[in-house]
Amino acid sequence: MMVCVTAKGPRPKDPAEERFGRSPYFLFRDTEGGEWSAVANEFADAAGGVGPRAAQVLIDRGTRVLITGNVGGNALAVIQAAGIEIYLYRENGTAGDAYQKFTSGQLKKFA
Amino acid sequence: MRLVVASGKGGTGKTLVASNLAAVLASEREVVLVDCDVEEPNAHLFFPSEEKTLPVLTDVPAFDNSRCTHCGNCGDSCQFGAIVVLKDRVLFFPAMCHGCGGCELVCPEGAITMEKRSIGHVAFSTPRSGLVLITGVLHEREVMSPHVIREALAYASGHDLVICDAPPGTACPVVETLEGADACIFVTEPTPFGLHDLILAAGVAEVLGVPSGVVINRSMGDEGSIRNLCRARNLPILMTIPFDRGIAEAANSGQLVTDRMPGMKDQFLKLFTRASALPGVR
Repeated sequence: MMVCVTAKGPRPKDPAEERFGRSPYFLFRDTEGGEWSAVANEFADAAGGVGPRAAQVLIDRGTRVLITGNVGGNALAVIQAAGIEIYLYRENGTAGDAYQKFTSGQLKKFA
Repeated sequence: MRLVVASGKGGTGKTLVASNLAAVLASEREVVLVDCDVEEPNAHLFFPSEEKTLPVLTDVPAFDNSRCTHCGNCGDSCQFGAIVVLKDRVLFFPAMCHGCGGCELVCPEGAITMEKRSIGHVAFSTPRSGLVLITGVLHEREVMSPHVIREALAYASGHDLVICDAPPGTACPVVETLEGADACIFVTEPTPFGLHDLILAAGVAEVLGVPSGVVINRSMGDEGSIRNLCRARNLPILMTIPFDRGIAEAANSGQLVTDRMPGMKDQFLKLFTRASALPGVR
């Protein structure tokens, strides 16, 4: 199952990012195993329309779970329509910490 | 001639200057006042009068689900994030659509046709002899203000004298209002914010090649920093409006200061003469 964590940098030891659409990086990891991969968010500084376009990045990579701090209205519509589950991480840890908390069942699912 | 009254910072007195200028000039000639602050138009408060309105329509795509193969070309082509293509459906966000029609062009199945959608309206009134007021109004929850501004300006084109009350800021709506104007009056106030935003706004006018001057509003005689900036940037100071209770009371009760304080009338006529004589004004 492909999981995406929003992050301030390209590595799992970089801090997790609270915002979804304007997150500098999207970090992907398959729960079945394998390495982390990072995608720089080319819309992070765009004027508008970032939410749906960022959501498209997740959809294109077959993401099933998104771990982030907050999701805007338009992005939420896309993510929910695509059936991607959202889990909220709002602590000051790294992207790797957020992923660990998710796999150990400590994160709350976004309604 | 099209003269824009702009500011950078909000609340400096754009509408005060634009409305009084239009009213004073209308006693001598025909004037069209266009309120281009379509997110919060307020010039009409000074000119209560019966309005006629026309809708502002924009193009948006309509998707024919029976033809769509969910290839994703439309979503990839959209520069505004308005279309997301999932495996089994297309999600469309009308408020984010700029109506460019790119999606219709790239659809290989002919599944997209453009339709009309109302995002605002333009109101017309003739509140006093010689004056036509055109007000652009962007509807709530909509964001495409430049489209409404363009439409409001189009109704005014061809008139001899058009005065535009610009939106605040320096972004697309201001550029839309300023582009192609013959002259610009920046209204500023002697505060750090007034100065800071004047610098930004003056930069926009410079890039667009619009000759500009400055009106200092709420002057208490201590606006040295603004005068220094104007000197350095070659921006003539066209008028100074004092920080005066009478002016504030008139404006706050919806009255024009040029109606209530006769001496102001000459000052606004002079402002127009000076703005018309700015270097570079045709």
